[in-house]
Amino acid sequence: MGDVNLRQSRLMQRRASRRRRLAAFAGEGLLFLVTAASALVILFIFYYICRDALPFFRLRGFKEFFTGRQWYPSREPASFGALPMFFGTGLVTLGAMIVAGPMGVAAAVCLSDILPFGVRQAVKPIIEVLAAIPSVAYGFFALVVFAPLLQERGGMILSVGALLVGLPLATLLALVLGDALAMRLPHGPRAAGRLGLTALLVLGAWAGLGVLAARLSAVEISSGRNALNVSIILGIMAIPTVVSVSEDALFAVGRELREASYGLGATRAETVVKVVIPAARSGILAALLLGAMRAVGETMVVWMASGNAAHIPEPWYNLLAPVRTLTATIAGDMGEADHVTGSARYHVLFAMALCLLTFCFICNLVSEWAMRRSKAKLG
Amino acid sequence: MLRSPGGDPGMEGAGGVKARLSVLVLAAVGLALCGHGAVAYGQAAGKIVVDGSTTVGPIAKQFAEYYMSKHKDVVISVSESGSGNGAKSLINGVCDVADMSRFMKEGEFKAAVENGVMPVAHVVAMDGLPVVVHPSNPIKGLTVEQVRRIYTGQITNWREVGGPNLKIVKISRDTNSGTYETFETMVMQSERIAADAEYVGSNGAVRQSVQTTPAAIGYAGLGFVDDTVKALEINGIYPDRATVSSGRYPIARPLFMFTNGYPKLGSHLHAFVTLHLTEQGQEIVEDIGFVPVTNYR
Repeated sequence: MGDVNLRQSRLMQRRASRRRRLAAFAGEGLLFLVTAASALVILFIFYYICRDALPFFRLRGFKEFFTGRQWYPSREPASFGALPMFFGTGLVTLGAMIVAGPMGVAAAVCLSDILPFGVRQAVKPIIEVLAAIPSVAYGFFALVVFAPLLQERGGMILSVGALLVGLPLATLLALVLGDALAMRLPHGPRAAGRLGLTALLVLGAWAGLGVLAARLSAVEISSGRNALNVSIILGIMAIPTVVSVSEDALFAVGRELREASYGLGATRAETVVKVVIPAARSGILAALLLGAMRAVGETMVVWMASGNAAHIPEPWYNLLAPVRTLTATIAGDMGEADHVTGSARYHVLFAMALCLLTFCFICNLVSEWAMRRSKAKLG
Repeated sequence: MLRSPGGDPGMEGAGGVKARLSVLVLAAVGLALCGHGAVAYGQAAGKIVVDGSTTVGPIAKQFAEYYMSKHKDVVISVSESGSGNGAKSLINGVCDVADMSRFMKEGEFKAAVENGVMPVAHVVAMDGLPVVVHPSNPIKGLTVEQVRRIYTGQITNWREVGGPNLKIVKISRDTNSGTYETFETMVMQSERIAADAEYVGSNGAVRQSVQTTPAAIGYAGLGFVDDTVKALEINGIYPDRATVSSGRYPIARPLFMFTNGYPKLGSHLHAFVTLHLTEQGQEIVEDIGFVPVTNYR
């Protein structure tokens, strides 16, 4: 009897453990399926975009698409030069990064090293709320409020903006340059020389900025729907990403490095500029890349407020001219360009989507690599 | 293809409609999947298939909605694939009504007759395109030639046409729209719009951009022009209902629905393509912003 009981309990035990193993297996399998599904979705998107993009290149070749400047998809014969759109996307993204880069990184430094912890806890979520505003709201603002404002008070806005972005940047550059130059002086007059040089450089930078601002304030903007408008709005939209990611990177530098720096007699400014920011370099690069991706991929704002003129401005850096981006072209031309009406006109949009996807994919890889590097370096 | 309202009442029950609806849905899904326009749908009785211009589309959709609310046993499907495709569909016998914002071309007529289709045009409304500027702009009118030269970039400053010393900001509808198509054919003729022209996605956006930009010029459907922008006289004619419907305003065109032969009198199809001649039809056409061909009041 006892023997039988024992055997039975062993059997039950084995059954229970098998059940447990089965449950674990099922759970793992389910999680794996979910993960695999999301990866598969990405692959499918890639596959379908490629499938619809390649016929365009087969029909029209690569040269016109990448080097042509004529975008007349509805004419007979049609021309599909997408260079202006590549240029427009690049210009607007560059503009957005000029807005979001310095401001975002400065805000991140402020949050991580300057503001007291309590204030930081309150301010960071407020900045992140910017990311939660739907892009159509930004677009509406850009079209209805900001564009007319640019037309009426364009010069003033330009000069104030130049000062806002330029002042910290120029001051910082002048300080660093002054330090670097002072290192070349002989040891005796170094301290006095550093003070004089820095003061001179900073004053020079400020004077230069003043002249620039005065020049800009005389500029008249004929149409507020231009690259500048969307650059600023996209910059504002990219700021939360830049702040959030680079603040994480700065925070991750840790107390040890900072305290070691203070221990060597460095001031807070020296610590931030010479220790913390260099240590968080890769993380900041990742933040800027992610911010740029946000700007590249944005559609609604550019479709509403960039003017959508398919040309390369004269001169090319003229931010006050309307531009057209890849995303806006895809969104705007999708309606008419179905399978039926002219297949090249349909497939060209997928060719653009493929270019965007490839660009963002590369950006993502680089930023991923940069973040991993910064983590590895800081242990 | 179509049956008169009186015929075969037994089949007009709710079940029949439901079955037909599901067939329609299946056909639509199949259509979307295979991606080709030419699937034989629209063969069921009490069903009208409308295809064609995106400009006429809104009229057809409103007509369809109104007509279906009055006749529960009729299903009218309206798709907008462009005037050319509407013509193609009619020629191939896959639609009953082709919406077109232009008249049929010679080649299309030939192909139709060879296929045994006799296209008959019904003018459902008139469409005018006012050229608009900012209210502060002192210019009263332009010629078609001047408008064309502005849009090609040959004229770049308002001074050149007697206005203030301001760089002209050209605003155009996006190349997808029928409005753009009209403008391209009636004003630009065969010339290209300059690459620095701004493109906006809707008639409302044209108005929004023009009313906030002192140097702007734009064009929009007649229904979208109010007193926040200033419509210009073109060749000395101010765009309004009277000048558009009489054809004196130069940037105006009739909007068509084409059928295969004149529809059988008393059929649903006949009622549908003559809806614009009724008081309700006029109201719908006016609501969308086009100029009706009738004058009830």
